[in-house]
Amino acid sequence: MTNALSISNLEVAFDHFRALKGVSIEVARGESFGLVGESGSGKSTLLRAVAGLAPVQSGEIRIDGKPLTTPRDKAFYRTVQMVFQDPYGSLHPRQTIDRLLLEPLAIHGFSDGEQRIVRALDEVGLGSGFRFRYPHQLSGGQRQRIAIARALIVEPSILLLDEPTSALDASVQAEVLNLLEQIRRDRKLTFVMVSHDLAVITHMCERLVVMQNGDIVEQLDAADLASGKVTQAYTDNLMRASEGFRRTIA
Amino acid sequence: MSTLLQVDELRVRFPTRTGTIEAVRGVSFSLGRERLGIVGESGSGKSQTGRAIMGLTPPHAQVTAKRLDFDGIDLLNVSARQRRTLRGSRIAMVLQDPKYSLNPVMSVGRQIVETLRTHEDVSRNEARSRALQMLEAVQIRDPERVFNLYPHEVSGGMGQRAMIAMMLIAGPELLIADEPTSALDVTVQLEVLGILDRLVADRGMGLIFISHDLRLVSSFCDRVIVMYAGRIVEEIAASDLANARHPYTRGLLDCMPKIGADRHPLPTLQRQAEWSL
Repeated sequence: MTNALSISNLEVAFDHFRALKGVSIEVARGESFGLVGESGSGKSTLLRAVAGLAPVQSGEIRIDGKPLTTPRDKAFYRTVQMVFQDPYGSLHPRQTIDRLLLEPLAIHGFSDGEQRIVRALDEVGLGSGFRFRYPHQLSGGQRQRIAIARALIVEPSILLLDEPTSALDASVQAEVLNLLEQIRRDRKLTFVMVSHDLAVITHMCERLVVMQNGDIVEQLDAADLASGKVTQAYTDNLMRASEGFRRTIA
Repeated sequence: MSTLLQVDELRVRFPTRTGTIEAVRGVSFSLGRERLGIVGESGSGKSQTGRAIMGLTPPHAQVTAKRLDFDGIDLLNVSARQRRTLRGSRIAMVLQDPKYSLNPVMSVGRQIVETLRTHEDVSRNEARSRALQMLEAVQIRDPERVFNLYPHEVSGGMGQRAMIAMMLIAGPELLIADEPTSALDVTVQLEVLGILDRLVADRGMGLIFISHDLRLVSSFCDRVIVMYAGRIVEEIAASDLANARHPYTRGLLDCMPKIGADRHPLPTLQRQAEWSL
């Protein structure tokens, strides 16, 4: 079976800065794949490169075995959708939720918009009472649910998630993570998820890569990571850091 | 242990067009020379508590309390002038994001010197050498170089160290750190906390550490106050957190994904109306 997403030797540069230095990953269909690293490691750039939002210098990205065209065609956006980090910045402030959700439907020529909007809102647990509100009338968690609904409404098979919960409180994060897991199960989606939080990635993903300075440090299974089978010192460092502060006895 | 700060029934209200919003509703605690954590979600009033102590509440808001004493000084009834002399010299505050809270058009070194010379009568040369010492104390390797850099030229971790240096240079007795490491990467976060920890211990300061991250706070502080909807719902020794009684505290601890724990779906917080009563 061909992989849902395969990236080989991807190079991205912003002027003279090499953000990605020949990165290759393979994501199988239906898999949940994680990218972890510190800021500046290139993890978000990798996602944005797939979505066509970063200047790719060389390398190849294939979706379901087919190489991507630049600019991306309409069919691509039916297959791949993205959820961004900041729920405050990713929704149009002057459009109602209804208008926001209608936009992708209009672009892709869906005729049963009405039903789809109601269904999409239901699916993310918001109900149609939210349909005619504006983004500023919603909390951060509710906005992120809207962003997820907007991504799902065109029925993609691959969802790119760029730090979907890092702007949310821990309790709201749990709700959104649960929602994402359930949707993935129901719709058999492929996830590619970026986070700086190792715990979130191991919770959500089966496989992950650790990135640093535009390169992959290590690729491993979440289960291996949980049982401490890491080979790189950098990964180990990240793991210990996520356990919290430890006072060294001087 | 002598009490440094005494807060009794602190309230912060914001009058708005649609009625008064009570951000802090009767918070009481006392602080000695120790590390106290204040934890809560956004909107729980934790930052407003810190700001009220520092005297940084916006002018249209109302701050009331039965007592708000810092080392015998009644903070609610001091003059603005006295307040200014306290702020920065005896009570200092480290803010969340160095990108926004440092002066963008002033070099890092000059900002530190400015703080010092506002509060102490020292010569330019002495101020400069003390600023350099302070930069060294926050483990900046090349203080001479960083002294002349502007905030946009330093990384997040470096900026936060510079802010800590600036806040500690006048030797405050109480430091309020409002989400000091939330904008930083996990590994940098630990370095900055390590520096903060050592300086607080060496100088015998009182520390109020405000954060939304319960796990981080409990690993760093001696005592933790958990806030919900403007009130304290639980006060607990950090080492005792595993035995927290309030369902909100337990919920907060429980809903974080942990490495190695296989919990699908994650337990979520079932908010009860009576928590906010």
